[in-house]
Amino acid sequence: MPALSPAAVAAARAAVESAWREHSRHALATLVRLLGDFDLAEEALHDAFRAALEQWPAQGVPGNPYSWLVSAGRFKAIDQIRRRRRYDLDDGRIAERVAAADGDPAEVEIDAVGDDRLRLVFTCCHPVLAPEARVALTLREVCGLATEEIARAFLVPVPTLAQRIVRAKAKLRQARVGYQVPGRAELPARLASVLQVVYLVFNEGHSASAGAQAVRHDLVEEAIRLGRLLVALLPEPEAVGLLALMLLHASRRHARTGADGALVLLPDQDRGRWDRALIDEGLALVRLALRARPPGSYALQAAIAAVHAEAATAAATDWPQIVALYDLLLRVDPSPVVALNRAVAIAERDGPAPALALVDALLAEGALAGYHLAHATRAELLRRLGRTDEARHAYQRALGLVRQLPERAFLSERLAALP
Amino acid sequence: MKYLLLIYNDAALLDALPREEFEHRLAHCYERAGELMADGRLLGSERLEKPETAATVRIRDDELAVTDGPFAETKEYLAGFNVVEARDMNEAIRLAAGFPWARTGSVEVRPIAQSLPD
Repeated sequence: MPALSPAAVAAARAAVESAWREHSRHALATLVRLLGDFDLAEEALHDAFRAALEQWPAQGVPGNPYSWLVSAGRFKAIDQIRRRRRYDLDDGRIAERVAAADGDPAEVEIDAVGDDRLRLVFTCCHPVLAPEARVALTLREVCGLATEEIARAFLVPVPTLAQRIVRAKAKLRQARVGYQVPGRAELPARLASVLQVVYLVFNEGHSASAGAQAVRHDLVEEAIRLGRLLVALLPEPEAVGLLALMLLHASRRHARTGADGALVLLPDQDRGRWDRALIDEGLALVRLALRARPPGSYALQAAIAAVHAEAATAAATDWPQIVALYDLLLRVDPSPVVALNRAVAIAERDGPAPALALVDALLAEGALAGYHLAHATRAELLRRLGRTDEARHAYQRALGLVRQLPERAFLSERLAALP
Repeated sequence: MKYLLLIYNDAALLDALPREEFEHRLAHCYERAGELMADGRLLGSERLEKPETAATVRIRDDELAVTDGPFAETKEYLAGFNVVEARDMNEAIRLAAGFPWARTGSVEVRPIAQSLPD
């Protein structure tokens, strides 16, 4: 082997790292399809990257790193299967896997038509799984989050989440859930479960439930990417509505946090920093999504985001229109969080007193008692009404519940600014 | 992330294995450990002597007391441990399940603390 210059080794290592960022999730998805097993595919992906670290410095970076990784992973998996067989760890499906994986490499469809990640999303969001298992599996297998990150994001102990993932994989295996996009007949029902997962991923990215960052740009991008794929596959109004909603919210993300990571609320945002291209794309999609009768929940949420996006200044916001859209949304999705957001719109249209009555009624129902934003909203309304002592108490309640650092800093500042 | 895999054996299950089968599993364990060591995922690994060789130390009211055997009387005994590097808890669980010992006992997967407690 010729001696390698340190620069060549460093360049190859950088190429492996960049391949990890760009291709690891897609390669995993393809390996799951080829091997029919999550765990085998994960091990194969690990082995493929290990092989890349060994071989790329000497042999050069392949022209198509993704195909190289999938091929390497596939061969490593065949090794693994043979080794398992030698140690009698056959779980009854190994022959099938070999048949799937051990074909003529030329006949193995690597760059499949359609997107393997989309197949993987449908598998991870399969109705045999409970909704929380779908979210956990999608975030780990499709988006590449660590178990610990997902557990933190959803306020679940790590062992609980780890079990959820292990059980979900076992359930898919037992139910012999195929690794495919469902057919036209069952697609709409299956799509609803996928949209819900994409929405939850986006929400976690747009406003992280905990941690040092307010916005997790990687999750936002992941959710939008998935949303675009869904729309391309099946332009159902709700898929379009969800994509519009995500684009319109994402258009504001660079204005939502200051240089120091601190939160900037909608009225205080520099609207010049909103992403016009995303807004234009989102507005066009909202119009499309609203053609459905009656409009769906995502389309209505997108329409509300669109009203904000169309306001040149905060003062120019069409609050009566927003309240009207929330009224429609409450009919489709009568949840206390929607009702809380409607109360905020009522405060802008009618003033803080009627809004406070709504928030107090919602808190009395109990479902929002542990939700920091309900207390933060109440605090803000009390502050506007000059009821400082009660506002202080409500800010303290919110601070006791908030788990995200920028939000905590924001609430602390508001509390300190009270007269 | 680093994880400690604590391998507990169940003497009854392990003793019930034919000698040949035990050797086979041990060979599998060493082969798997060799692979993981070679690719940097197994950072350390030790097999422990039988629990009857252990002594347990306690100090109560400034009195040192030493007793035979492990601290707790359980059917399963600590037989060895591995320290592994894994992407997350589920990868560590997958690595733990890749050793043969979960079949004749259990493997506890414990995250190794990355920082001082709060």
